[in-house]
Amino acid sequence: MPPTTASSPQHARDQLTAPGQAPARAQTPAQALWRLREYMRPYYLMLFLMITAAILAVSSEIAIPLITKSVIDSVVVKGIRAELLPLSLAAMALGAIQAGLNFFRRWSISSAVVGMEKTIRDDLYHHLQRLEPAFHDSWQSGQLLSRAINDLSTIRRFAGFGVVFFITNIWTFLLIVALLIRMNWWLGLITGLVFLPVLVLCLRFEKRYRVLSRLAQDQQGDLATYVEEAAAGIRVLKSLGRRDEAAARHLAQAKLVYRTQVDKARLRGKFWAGLDMVPNAVIGLLLLLGTLAVSRHELSLGGLVAFVTLTLLLVWPIEAMGFIIATGQEAATAAQRIYEIFDTAPEIVNSAAAGDGASHDRPGLTAGRWRSSRKAAVQRASGSAGPPVRARRTAPAASTRGAGWLTFDQVTYRYPGAPSPVLRGVSLELSPGETVALVGATGSGKTTLLQLVPRLADVTSGRITLDGTDVRDLPLPELRRRVACAFEDPTLFSASVRENVAFGVQHATEDAIRAALDAAQADFVADLPWGLDTRIGEQGMALSGGQRQRVALARAILARPQVLLLDDPLSALDVHTEARVTAALADVLTTSTALVVAHRPSTVLLADRVALLADGVVAAVGRHSELLATQPRYRHLMSAADLGNPGDDGRTAPGLRTGASR
Amino acid sequence: MSAPPAEAWRGVAAEQQEDEITGKLGTLLRRRSRRLLTDLLGPYRRLVLVIFLLIVAAQLAALAGPWLVGVGIDQIPQLTRTRNAGPIALIIIAFAASVLVQAAATRSYIAGIGRLGGRVVLELRRRLFAHFQRLPIAFHESYTSGRVISRQVSDIDSISDMFDESLASLVSAVLSLLLVGGGMLLLDWHLALVVMAGFPPLIWLSIWFRRESAIAYRQTRTRIAQVIVQFVETFGGIRAVQSFRRESRNEDIFGELNQANADANLRSQRLLAVYFPGVTLVGNLAIGAVLLYGGLRVIDHQMQVGVLVTFLLYLQRFFEPLIDLSQFYSAFQSATAALEKISGVLDEAPSVPEPELPTSLPDAGGPAARGRQVRFDHVRFGYRDSTVLPDLNLAIPAGQTVALVGATGAGKTTIARLLARMYDPLQGSVLLDGVDVRQLADRALRHEVVLITQENFLFSGSIADNIELGMPGASRSEIVAAAAAIGADAFISALPDGYDAQVGKSGGRLSAGQRQLISFARAFLAAPAVLVLDEATSLLDIPSERLVQDALRTILTGRTAVIIAHRLSTVAIADRVLVLDHGRITEDGSPEQLLSAAGEYSSLHASWQESLA
Ligand SMILES: Nc1ncnc2c1ncn2[C@@H]1O[C@H](COP(=O)(O)OP(=O)(O)OP(=O)(O)O)[C@@H](O)[C@H]1O
Ligand SMILES: Nc1ncnc2c1ncn2[C@@H]1O[C@H](COP(=O)(O)OP(=O)(O)OP(=O)(O)O)[C@@H](O)[C@H]1O
Ligand SMILES: [Mg+2]
Ligand SMILES: [Mg+2]
Repeated sequence: MPPTTASSPQHARDQLTAPGQAPARAQTPAQALWRLREYMRPYYLMLFLMITAAILAVSSEIAIPLITKSVIDSVVVKGIRAELLPLSLAAMALGAIQAGLNFFRRWSISSAVVGMEKTIRDDLYHHLQRLEPAFHDSWQSGQLLSRAINDLSTIRRFAGFGVVFFITNIWTFLLIVALLIRMNWWLGLITGLVFLPVLVLCLRFEKRYRVLSRLAQDQQGDLATYVEEAAAGIRVLKSLGRRDEAAARHLAQAKLVYRTQVDKARLRGKFWAGLDMVPNAVIGLLLLLGTLAVSRHELSLGGLVAFVTLTLLLVWPIEAMGFIIATGQEAATAAQRIYEIFDTAPEIVNSAAAGDGASHDRPGLTAGRWRSSRKAAVQRASGSAGPPVRARRTAPAASTRGAGWLTFDQVTYRYPGAPSPVLRGVSLELSPGETVALVGATGSGKTTLLQLVPRLADVTSGRITLDGTDVRDLPLPELRRRVACAFEDPTLFSASVRENVAFGVQHATEDAIRAALDAAQADFVADLPWGLDTRIGEQGMALSGGQRQRVALARAILARPQVLLLDDPLSALDVHTEARVTAALADVLTTSTALVVAHRPSTVLLADRVALLADGVVAAVGRHSELLATQPRYRHLMSAADLGNPGDDGRTAPGLRTGASR
Repeated sequence: MSAPPAEAWRGVAAEQQEDEITGKLGTLLRRRSRRLLTDLLGPYRRLVLVIFLLIVAAQLAALAGPWLVGVGIDQIPQLTRTRNAGPIALIIIAFAASVLVQAAATRSYIAGIGRLGGRVVLELRRRLFAHFQRLPIAFHESYTSGRVISRQVSDIDSISDMFDESLASLVSAVLSLLLVGGGMLLLDWHLALVVMAGFPPLIWLSIWFRRESAIAYRQTRTRIAQVIVQFVETFGGIRAVQSFRRESRNEDIFGELNQANADANLRSQRLLAVYFPGVTLVGNLAIGAVLLYGGLRVIDHQMQVGVLVTFLLYLQRFFEPLIDLSQFYSAFQSATAALEKISGVLDEAPSVPEPELPTSLPDAGGPAARGRQVRFDHVRFGYRDSTVLPDLNLAIPAGQTVALVGATGAGKTTIARLLARMYDPLQGSVLLDGVDVRQLADRALRHEVVLITQENFLFSGSIADNIELGMPGASRSEIVAAAAAIGADAFISALPDGYDAQVGKSGGRLSAGQRQLISFARAFLAAPAVLVLDEATSLLDIPSERLVQDALRTILTGRTAVIIAHRLSTVAIADRVLVLDHGRITEDGSPEQLLSAAGEYSSLHASWQESLA
């Protein structure tokens, strides 16, 4: 897929992103930076006050050399002793005013920029949470992290100093040059003009520096990605004893970052040296011409001193201009990288039919930025070439509404970037309360099929209906309230057991949580040191494999969904526990429609019917015994031959037993 | 209607959370991080010296300017009188020379610092990464990957930023302060003393700032790490987050952490807001005082006008750097706080340390005997408070295949982890051919014992890359052979890019079973003396499992193996079965023996037979 913006390097993301994903509007870094002003809006008044304060502050700073001039001209040269004290006191007063204004400026801007950084980060998090899993799959996680952390602090730094100084520096320049010209027009004009090359230098520098900073940012993102992977995969690296190899790979990437850093420093050195030279050259020139002017009485001695002092006051703003432009540049690339994410509209959103009103699960967020991106997504979702003509919402029959009647209608699904679809027309119907086992070989697409129901991905064609309504026409929160799943890898978080079980249900009662844990046979929780409040470690790593699986199962049970999707829910359980969970699940499943992925006959026994997924379609549906008898493929998948007793090949299965009999 | 308070979500754990530090601990931290810094800079002493000299040169050249201006101004009366431009021309030439020297020196020292910083940061990255790899799993469990990442990403970045942007300015500001002070004293010590009167308040202000900002910046580092942790976890589990509508709760939590981080940032910014203007104030008052006192001295002919001018120009150079100083000092503080955190990690001694003098294992006896003998000798082990294995005694002769079965949570994985030395026993020892695993070098141990964990993790990269992890440097044909042996070749070859197919983030582009097969292929390729398989086939369909088992039968001949499985099908290839119950071995024997006895195993087996229906 083409990168979303013209300058986004290909390697920042995986190659195989959705080809259908519409590229976001390309924008230059400067445009992106300018767009950030929407986040400054709450602080406009403050910003205005601050800039005023800053301008007043530099003005009073500039006034001090004028006092110096008077001191030298009238007191020192003419010997008017009486003026010395008031003039000195005036200088001190101006100095105090400058300091006071600076204090005000800094104090007030700090809350503005910190607030802005926080808001953007919150929004970014908010937006990322709404982007579909396919998006997250296609982005290296380090890249997202480096945008949310590094790029945002770069922007904060620029917003805090860059913006204000940019304005005050220009003001300083104009004011000083005007003063100089007033004191001696030709000398002032020359001084002002000599500073112009500096601007050219800055602009040239900025252009080259931009390329390097973008490169550096991307390389750092890649490095962060590897760091993150190595942290997540630490167990594998350790158990295979691959730490040296990992370190070598990390070092190779870190060296790339190093090289770019050194290149950057070299460029900076050249630039700063040039910058330093210009003002000094101006002072040298002033000394030459100024003494000339003084000796020709075109300028007073105090005037010359003021000239030099004022010119010195010009040095910092001009030098800083380079710095500001450089950080501005970095901030602009950072802004571009951030808008790259903001401009990626969620592909999976409430369709127009579902109504916008129901979609507000975050009422606090009303700013225009959301509206615009959502609108784009909705337009795409409803008007694009995505799903072929599909029947508009068939009005659900009142009797089935809310019952959990799930149908798959010619569902096909192709992973973004994959050459051929995984699912090629799956049709299956689950009546309310029914439990269907989904059986298929490794990699046949069972997990893929399940994730289409809660719309973690959208079908490529065909449709899935819940009680007659296309799932794409249901408001997302409603759909996901009615459907719950237990994934094949129990996704747990480093929080308390309670939090992990209650996960999406915010107001779950203690009893409900315990009941869910009981149903999942997770009685071990009682033995944990702090019971329900025990933190279970990152990804639940402080639990055993089977314990993790049961916590995840309890989570799905607690949600009390109409449709329960269980992806191989018993794979990590021993036979006895499995039997107990199966028995308990049988009770839970009477109220829910369930689709259960199964690899073992024991899990299949949970089900009323079995669907065999093969070659991307449901090849057969029926009862376990029927399929065993009629479907050779099913027999192959489920037969225990050669497993179990050694040397007991070809033993025939001793017939079907029902789950209830155990 | 009230959601549980957001702080409670984290839950309780035995390990200490990273607390915000104050007082004495601060001194310790500073000392520790200073030691690290000297250590890092050690190899670059020469470069540091050169940079230092360059900065001195640049500063001296910069100081020459105002002085020359003063001298020039004092030449003016004479110039008006004699019309001899000679001295002025000389001064101008000297001025030009100083400008050139300054430019050249500046250019080289900035590049030099860039290189130095780059080197130091590279070394720091290297050490940190290697150290994290060396630290035991127990450490990672309590430290969490989010913090591991934040140490290596955001902390290192702030150090790198310091070198990039502020170190040069910081050093040159300090130098210019000293040099200008010295220069002023030489020119006119009376007036210089007036300037110095500003020092006590400045020093007081600086000490206050230094103390406060150290605390504030430490806090920002801690808080940003918490933000990172939440960020990483959320998007690592995005499917669960979305399908369980966790978004808004997550936003509350994230919002809170982010707010705390913002508060910490605000605090440090506000310190700056007090400090900078404070310095400006002192500086400006000093200018007024110099005007007053200097003016008097000039009127009284105790001093020349040129000197007063030089003083005024110097004052700008004197207090302005102070502003720079504090500006960059904040970057410096932030970097210091980061360095403290990093040095804390680097100081963390692995609780599963490598031996100082590793013992080597005896040579395996002949080509056929590729296995090692394994022995658990009175091993007691528990995670934190609870005891998982009270007293384990177990001997596995070389070449034996042992199946370990038992209820979930019985401690099977724990045994596997001890054998692979992910943890060390609290008591007793784990022996390999009679040698305590604690006596073996890490490399040697990993060569002998390979554990395929219950959590199979793939790195982003190609399938071949991931399999190769089992044996770095393996050729493509070896990789293909390993995959083919366990029956993974068929699905891999069917992928558009075959073995070069990208597996995606954490292997997300493969199905769970396919990921498990890849992990298995790694083990096959590694072919160690002792192979430990923890639920390595639990996600496979039955035909694939069967293929894997056939492969196992071949590869395990002569090797020692511990196979943990709930699917008793795996037991079929075992010579011996152990039943574990609450950390104790309750049954031990060949499958046939146990089957005929009326114990747990035969009951498990009966249920399993039944389930195979
Ligand atoms: N993100 C992805 N991009 C491209 N292909 C994918 C992606 N995820 C899965 N696939 C492919 O789709 C196929 C089906 O995967 P799926 O995870 O649905 O299998 P499964 O039936 O659940 O298998 P298992 O029993 O091993 O869990 C596999 O061949 C896999 O390689
Ligand atoms: N990292 C850990 N920190 C704290 N406790 C742990 C940790 N890992 C496991 N435990 C606890 O130790 C006990 C034994 O766990 P272990 O993983 O060895 O069980 P297991 O026999 O492998 O179970 P399963 O079949 O479910 O994988 C469990 O009660 C578990 O909660
Ligand atoms: Mg699956
Ligand atoms: Mg286990």
